[in-house]
Amino acid sequence: MLEEYFPVLIFLIIGTGISLLFTAIPFIVAERKPDSEKLSPYECGFEAFDTARKRFDVRFYLVAILFIIFDLEVAFLFPWAMAFGDIGLFGFWSMMVFLLVLTVGFIYEWKKGALEWE
Amino acid sequence: MIADILFFMFASILLAGSLGVVLSKNPMYSVLFLVLSFFNAAGLFLLIGAEFLGLLLMMVYVGAIAVMFLFVLMTVDMTQQDDDGKRSPLFVTLVLVTGGVLLFEIIISILAGVASNTRLSEFVATQSDVQNIVQLGQVLFTNYVYPFIAVSMILLVGMVGAIVLTHRKREGALKQDISEQIGRTREESIEIVTPSLGKGIS
Repeated sequence: MLEEYFPVLIFLIIGTGISLLFTAIPFIVAERKPDSEKLSPYECGFEAFDTARKRFDVRFYLVAILFIIFDLEVAFLFPWAMAFGDIGLFGFWSMMVFLLVLTVGFIYEWKKGALEWE
Repeated sequence: MIADILFFMFASILLAGSLGVVLSKNPMYSVLFLVLSFFNAAGLFLLIGAEFLGLLLMMVYVGAIAVMFLFVLMTVDMTQQDDDGKRSPLFVTLVLVTGGVLLFEIIISILAGVASNTRLSEFVATQSDVQNIVQLGQVLFTNYVYPFIAVSMILLVGMVGAIVLTHRKREGALKQDISEQIGRTREESIEIVTPSLGKGIS
C-alpha cells in the first residue's frame, strides 16, 4: 500500500527542497541595503488609519462551523458508499437516520436565516 | 526502512509543531504550527495504513477546523497582547490538572501497549486486502450504529448551538423577501400627479 504513495513522497521532497532553496538563495546572493524608508508607506499613499488586527465579524465563525458540520457529514458518506454492498439494508437505514437528524438541523438553520449574509 | 525514517521524521516534526503551538507568543503562529502538526499526524496515519483517516485528517482538520480556529482568532481582539506573565492560581491549577490527566492517560496507554506485547508493526491497520475505508464502513454503520447516531446528535447540537449563540437579525439590512417583492401592486407603489405650472410637486 505504501508503495503507491512513493510519488507523493518524491513530490514532497522536491517541493521542500525547491522552496528551501528559493528561501536560502536571497540570503546569499541578494544585495541587502536595509532602509527605514523601504518599509514606510509610499509617498502617494497615506498613513494607516487603524491597525490591521481589527476584530472580524462573528458571522465568519458561524459560516466556518456550519461548513465543518457538513464537511463531517460528507466524510461519513465516503466509507458508507465504499462498504455499501456489505452492510445491507441496516447500514443503509442507519445512514438515513444520520442524514435525517442533520437535515433537521439544516432546515433549522435555513429557516433561521443563518445561511444568509445580508 | 524508508517507513522507519519517515516515522521518525513525521513524529519529530509533529512534536516540534505541537511545541510551537504551545510556546509561540502570537496565536496566529500557533494555528499555523497546529496545521503543521495536523499534516504530520496525517503522515503517521498513512504510515500505519489508515489512509482514509489520514486523508480525512487533512481534509477536515486542516481544511475546516484550522480555518475555523483562524476565524475565531480574528474575532478576538488581538491588539491587546500585553502579557505580564502572571496567572491566577485557579488557572495554574486547572492547567496542571488537565495536563496531569493527559499525561496519566498517555502513560497508561503506553503501559498497556507494553503489557500486551504489541509491536508497532502490528498496529498496521490494513493486513488484509480489504481497503481501510471499506473496513471502517463495514463496522461503523452496523456494529457501531449507536455511536454513529450519537455523532449526528452531537453535530446537530453543535449546529444549533452555534446559530443560537452567534446569529442575530440585523436591522436595516437589505434583504430579499420574494413574496413581498412580487406581491406589491400598482396602486400602492406609484402615484400619478399632474403638477400645475410654476408650482412643482409638493
